Amino acid sequence: MQAVVAEDLVKAFGQTKAVNGMSFYVEEGEFFGLLGPNGAGKTTTIRMLTGVMRPDSGRIRILGMDIRKSPLEIKQRVGVIPEVGNVYPDLTGKENLVLMGRFYGIPAREREERADRLLQELGLAERSDDFVKSYSKGMRQRISIGCAMIHEPPLLFLDEPTEGLDVQSRRMITEKVKQMNRKGSTILLTTHNIEEASRMCQRVCIINKGRVVVTDSPERLRSTFEGLRSIEVAFDKKVDCSLFSSESCVARAEEAGDKVRIYTADPDEAIERIIAIKEKKGLKIISMATLGPSLEDVFVKLTEGKK
Amino acid sequence: MNYPLVARGVYVTARKDMRIYYRKAPVFIFGLILPTFLFLAFFVGRSLDIHTYFPGFLAMSLFFTASSVGPLIIPWEKQQGTFERLLTLPVNIPILVLGDTLAGAGFGLIITLIVFTVGALFLPLAIPIGMILALPLFFIVGNVCFASLGVLLSSPAGRVPANIMMLAALVRFPLIFISGIFVPLSQLTGSALAVTLFSPLTYLVDGLNGSMGGTAIMPLWLDLLVLLGFTLAFLLVASWTLERRALRGL
Repeated sequence: MQAVVAEDLVKAFGQTKAVNGMSFYVEEGEFFGLLGPNGAGKTTTIRMLTGVMRPDSGRIRILGMDIRKSPLEIKQRVGVIPEVGNVYPDLTGKENLVLMGRFYGIPAREREERADRLLQELGLAERSDDFVKSYSKGMRQRISIGCAMIHEPPLLFLDEPTEGLDVQSRRMITEKVKQMNRKGSTILLTTHNIEEASRMCQRVCIINKGRVVVTDSPERLRSTFEGLRSIEVAFDKKVDCSLFSSESCVARAEEAGDKVRIYTADPDEAIERIIAIKEKKGLKIISMATLGPSLEDVFVKLTEGKK
Repeated sequence: MNYPLVARGVYVTARKDMRIYYRKAPVFIFGLILPTFLFLAFFVGRSLDIHTYFPGFLAMSLFFTASSVGPLIIPWEKQQGTFERLLTLPVNIPILVLGDTLAGAGFGLIITLIVFTVGALFLPLAIPIGMILALPLFFIVGNVCFASLGVLLSSPAGRVPANIMMLAALVRFPLIFISGIFVPLSQLTGSALAVTLFSPLTYLVDGLNGSMGGTAIMPLWLDLLVLLGFTLAFLLVASWTLERRALRGL
């Protein structure tokens, strides 16, 4: 069964169409990513899929139910971590989890047990009775994740869940979400962290200007764009990228930290030219690696094409 | 409609509001301190018959306290970013409106009962036997009505609670002057009486007057019916306004 089906979704704010005829589906048990630049329509799409906002037109089916006919029943079975969905700062971490448990109708003893377990798993057991207003951003986001998971939903929506978090919180959240997926929950994640999507998602849907650009697995998307291969070279001195971009076999060259990244459709010839330039300029190569296209390259290529 | 889900949503929302918002400073300032000062400003140093004015002052305290919680909740939730999370839970906007109303009414009811008890201790109130049921009915309906007015006042709100509390004060103040609190309704005639009929507070003042053995200008059942009508209108308009705002973005 498909856990999420979105058909021809349209949502406009005044004259601006935030979502303009978007269609995609998510299989049950799948880890699915919705990728797009800022303003692509990711958050509006999530808000429509989670019943926070009504689409102007189009159809949404969640876990086999029509969202127009059964919004409360759907919300009862999904967990959501909204983009700006905070937790209550005037309640303690545990009180927040218990409150969410009440909203989902979990019996008293069970919600206490689940709240304690989640606090343990999220590394917040020692701070469980402190008010959330004393928590760091990462700790608040961990509580937010716990609030979305307290009812163990079969479908979880995450809108940029690790945005701006410290490494420890990011890893903890990523691991918890992966664990939910391993246990059978369907995950729909929006992010503009392409590497995160690439690592976690089985399929990604790239959207731009409210439309779906492409939907496929990260690997297949990469292989479609083999022409975006590159060579990353580190020299012993700082080198001007324009040295390479004038070569006919080089599509473009750009700085990548202390390295130069040279995009080419013909790595063999490009390496020969790099060696020739190195000798001519008296440079020394510290390291060199040939790279396939990253999901970021694919993303940039696809979203650029639609601009 | 899934009634158990709706009932649970209303109950948990109200409980959450009671836990979080009853202790907020604006609720105390606009709900308790302000009506107390109004009472003192009107009464101290004047030889007024407290028996005549007590139902009016009770209505005023009920009105201020019941309508003080509602204006705070939604702007506060929007400011904290919890409003969007609430909408992802198994609730919808009418459920939130009902829950917030219930919380406001609860606060109003507690304070009304305290004021009434203090009044009953110091004043020999002569409540007719036949009105024993009418009085609690007016307490409940009045509190629900003005709590829903509080929610309505916050429904077109942005994210700054202070702005809405000011707006709410601007709406609430004129009402107390045109509702027979400072001038008994039975002494009003002509256009002054006609103006009072547009205020929902008039029907509570009249109902409490009648229930506490004073002179009511309308039958009590009519007062109750009008209060219920206002309640329904406030709830519907609050839900409609919030839904409209949600459609345009949160």
